[in-house]
Amino acid sequence: MNTDTHAAHAGDHHHDDGHAHSTFSGYMLGFVLSVVLTAIPFWLVMGGALPSKQITALVIMAFAVVQIVVHMIYFLHMSPKSENGWTMMALIFTIVMVVIALSGSLWVMNHLNSNMMPMHEMTGMK
Amino acid sequence: MTVAVNPSTTGEPVFYVADEHPHPEGYSTSLGFWIYLMSDCLIFAMLFAAFGVLGANYAAGPAPKDLFDLDLVAVNTSMLLLSSITYGFAMLTMQQNKVGQTQMWLAITGLFGLAFISIELTEFAHMIHEGATPQRSAFLSAFFTLVGTHGLHVSCGLIWLVTLMVQVGKFGLIEANRRRLMCLSMFWHFLDVVWIGVFTFVYLLGVLR
Amino acid sequence: MSPDLLKLIFGRLDFESLPLHEPIVVGTFVVVALGGATLLAGLTYFRLWGYLWREWFTTVDHKRIGIMYMILGIVMLLRGFADALMMRGQQMLAFGGSEGYLNAHHYDQVFTAHGVIMIFFVAMPLVTGLMNYVVPLQIGARDVSFPFLNNFSFWMTVGGAVLVMASLFIGEFARTGWLAYPPLSNIGYSPDVGVDYYIWALQVAGVGTTLSGINLICTIVKLRCPGMTMMRMPVFTWTSLCTNILIVASFPVLTVVLALLSLDRYVGTNFFTNDFGGSPMMYVNLIWIWGHPEVYILVLPAFGIFSEVTSTFSGKRLFGYTSMVYATVVITILSYLVWLHHFFTMGSGASVNSFFGITTMIISIPTGAKMFNWLFTMYRGRIRYELPMMWTIAFMLTFVIGGMTGVLLAVPPADFVLHNSLFLIAHFHNVIIGGVVFGAFAGINYWFPKAFGFKLDVFWGKMSFWFWVVGFYLAFMPLYVLGLMGVTRRLRVFDDPSLQIWFIIAAIGALFVFIGILSMLMQFAVSLLKREQLKDVTGDPWNARTLEWATSSPPPDYNFAFTPVVHDNDAWWDMKKRGYQRPLTGFKPIHMPSSTGTGVILAGFATAMGFGLIWYIWWLAAASFIAMLVVGIGHTFNYHRDFDIPAEDVIRTEDARTKLLAGAK
Repeated sequence: MNTDTHAAHAGDHHHDDGHAHSTFSGYMLGFVLSVVLTAIPFWLVMGGALPSKQITALVIMAFAVVQIVVHMIYFLHMSPKSENGWTMMALIFTIVMVVIALSGSLWVMNHLNSNMMPMHEMTGMK
Repeated sequence: MTVAVNPSTTGEPVFYVADEHPHPEGYSTSLGFWIYLMSDCLIFAMLFAAFGVLGANYAAGPAPKDLFDLDLVAVNTSMLLLSSITYGFAMLTMQQNKVGQTQMWLAITGLFGLAFISIELTEFAHMIHEGATPQRSAFLSAFFTLVGTHGLHVSCGLIWLVTLMVQVGKFGLIEANRRRLMCLSMFWHFLDVVWIGVFTFVYLLGVLR
Repeated sequence: MSPDLLKLIFGRLDFESLPLHEPIVVGTFVVVALGGATLLAGLTYFRLWGYLWREWFTTVDHKRIGIMYMILGIVMLLRGFADALMMRGQQMLAFGGSEGYLNAHHYDQVFTAHGVIMIFFVAMPLVTGLMNYVVPLQIGARDVSFPFLNNFSFWMTVGGAVLVMASLFIGEFARTGWLAYPPLSNIGYSPDVGVDYYIWALQVAGVGTTLSGINLICTIVKLRCPGMTMMRMPVFTWTSLCTNILIVASFPVLTVVLALLSLDRYVGTNFFTNDFGGSPMMYVNLIWIWGHPEVYILVLPAFGIFSEVTSTFSGKRLFGYTSMVYATVVITILSYLVWLHHFFTMGSGASVNSFFGITTMIISIPTGAKMFNWLFTMYRGRIRYELPMMWTIAFMLTFVIGGMTGVLLAVPPADFVLHNSLFLIAHFHNVIIGGVVFGAFAGINYWFPKAFGFKLDVFWGKMSFWFWVVGFYLAFMPLYVLGLMGVTRRLRVFDDPSLQIWFIIAAIGALFVFIGILSMLMQFAVSLLKREQLKDVTGDPWNARTLEWATSSPPPDYNFAFTPVVHDNDAWWDMKKRGYQRPLTGFKPIHMPSSTGTGVILAGFATAMGFGLIWYIWWLAAASFIAMLVVGIGHTFNYHRDFDIPAEDVIRTEDARTKLLAGAK
């Protein structure tokens, strides 16, 4: 952190710690988007609008990802600039870790289950 | 703390800050709180992993289709979403230095949060009454733990909210209280983000399965 | 009193819980009780309680907290090493029909406690202590970002240690091995308090570790002095940053997995059970997602220490600073991609095993790059073989062996032969002792003069060094041999008499290490007595390069009278080279955080809550929890947590140093 960032910090300290863009319209936009992005998946599942379950699953997961991004931007005010990018860096790192741990666990446990708990084969052998 | 790093006018390098101002109070707080939230995020990630791995092990017990009432979940989701926007209004009124309105929006947020928790507890009670207890199967263990941990976080948020309302009432919207309200705001919105994962992966995908 | 009432008050704690039938434990208890009573009486007699409470227990000064971490680590090292000696003795004796002197019930607790204590309450406190002490000084800060949290974190770690120690005399410790795999650790097979002690000790300490990780990340990110860009940070600060990132990203995983295990044990859920859809394999998977990064949490700061020491005692700038930083970052990320190599044999199949085998081999590349960087730093340097440098060279030799056996184990087919054998035990002791412990000792010898104002005695330091190093090789090389011959870990008795000689050699090695530890205690004692002769008034006894040596030894409460401005990687070296003049006038009041007892109280309640949960004393658990909540919330009503050190005090402190420096010339 060099002098520029110190100066920058001293500058933005007066208006609310860099959270300059928390405005009424921002919150409302985020809220409306969230409502829409929540309502559609519920409608898809409850109404059975799409023909296949796989497609429905993929679509609602996509909606979840989009809504998470919406929340991040409009409610959590994430921006590459806040805290000199450290919050963004922490977030990206965490996402990487979460993806590794989640997908890795599912992958590993799936293999372990199919190799080490061969229920189906055993019932087949009888 | 603004200083000249470049050699001073005399050409001598400067090795210390002669005229120093301490870091403002709470200088690291928002970053620190964000990093805490990231660690909390990993807690939820692991609970999601447990649910992902164990969530289909019904042990001949009830499956999501038999248990989940999506209407109720939709109502619950709207409670949390509404509480998010009302917290946003609290932050906006805080920026305008309106103590009374801030308190009002905080109170409304708290009520929505309370409604969320009550609905969740009703749902839990209903499930347990039907014999779908956390002990029944690995799926139910993972379900109750994941959703319950989220609920526990919301409850902590409520306690925190009440504490902050008392502090704002007592000391006004001073710098320290603003900072705390901002941290709680991050916490509250973060829980909403987690809930997106919960209703998508646990409820909607569960019913689809 | 009726049994029901007793149960309500004491849970499952009764006289049967006290291990009165175990003569070894009773003997230990008598010794500890007498020692403890003497210590307490001494403290009371010399009226030191007030001093300790005011100046140490409630302090928020990162330097004092760092020193307390080191003391905790060294005290717990004695306990953990006593366990090691017992194991070596047992395995040496239990041949040819002999049962040795430890029964299975006791022996299983000993090896579990040894692992848990050494990792969580020796290695972690030593590493955290050094980071706590050194990092703020190296970056020119006055304290950490959250000083109160720092104090609280320390006391939570102590709380965990207290619970482990309590298990020795009240009830028992886990008999499950240091990671407490279910189904063995589940309530059906371990109905006693042992696993509960394990769970709550780690949960209480884990909260402290996570918070201290957040704290140090913030400190490094936000409080660097002007001019210190990321790529001008000392390597130890870099490795500390990466270690703390790993802590924050991995300890939550441990928290979750232990919480799920406790739900299984307390509530009867089915996460890791054999029936109702539970999966014990999931526990193994989850705990190693924490467990592998943990290894790097421990060793990265040690790498940082070796970097500082090598460059200081070679009188050269560190070779390949940039590659060192990138290697550290790469290790940080990769350490998340290797966890499965701890359970290749569980049966995930070829594709999964190959992936994790290859990532494990890849991680040795950045580590190897570091090794070459240290070698090239030494190359054509003017090397001074002081104690820290000796430990560093011992590390370089030892760690390479451990690293190579690690790559062997990374090959899944080889691991199928060596899994859970003494070869594995030898490997991880090789990297943890050769890396982390030698690193901590290098760090202690290096920074001791900074912390106390006098150097450590060289004779006893060398005694300690040689006994440790020789003892290490004697103790663990035989285990490689035994492991290759197929001996598995955690065995209590042996049939094959031809193995005995190797265990005897290993036991002799352990005795050597014991002498090494005693020599180190002797080194502290002798140095304290000879402190006038060993005194250093310059604040820079090693002609070192980084910022912590710019201030006095020990540093004043405020670290630096004026915040330094940095122009170069080796900031202090640069200042010395360019004729830095210590400022003598213009001192101003310095803003500092105030001490508080809240951390001690909160951690005390947390420990009491853990104790209540372990023994099913529900009223105690509930009361402590509520007390924690009340104290915690009450603390937030205190808005005045800082004070100013008056300019006169700063002037007095700095004038005293000026006189000392003048006298030294």
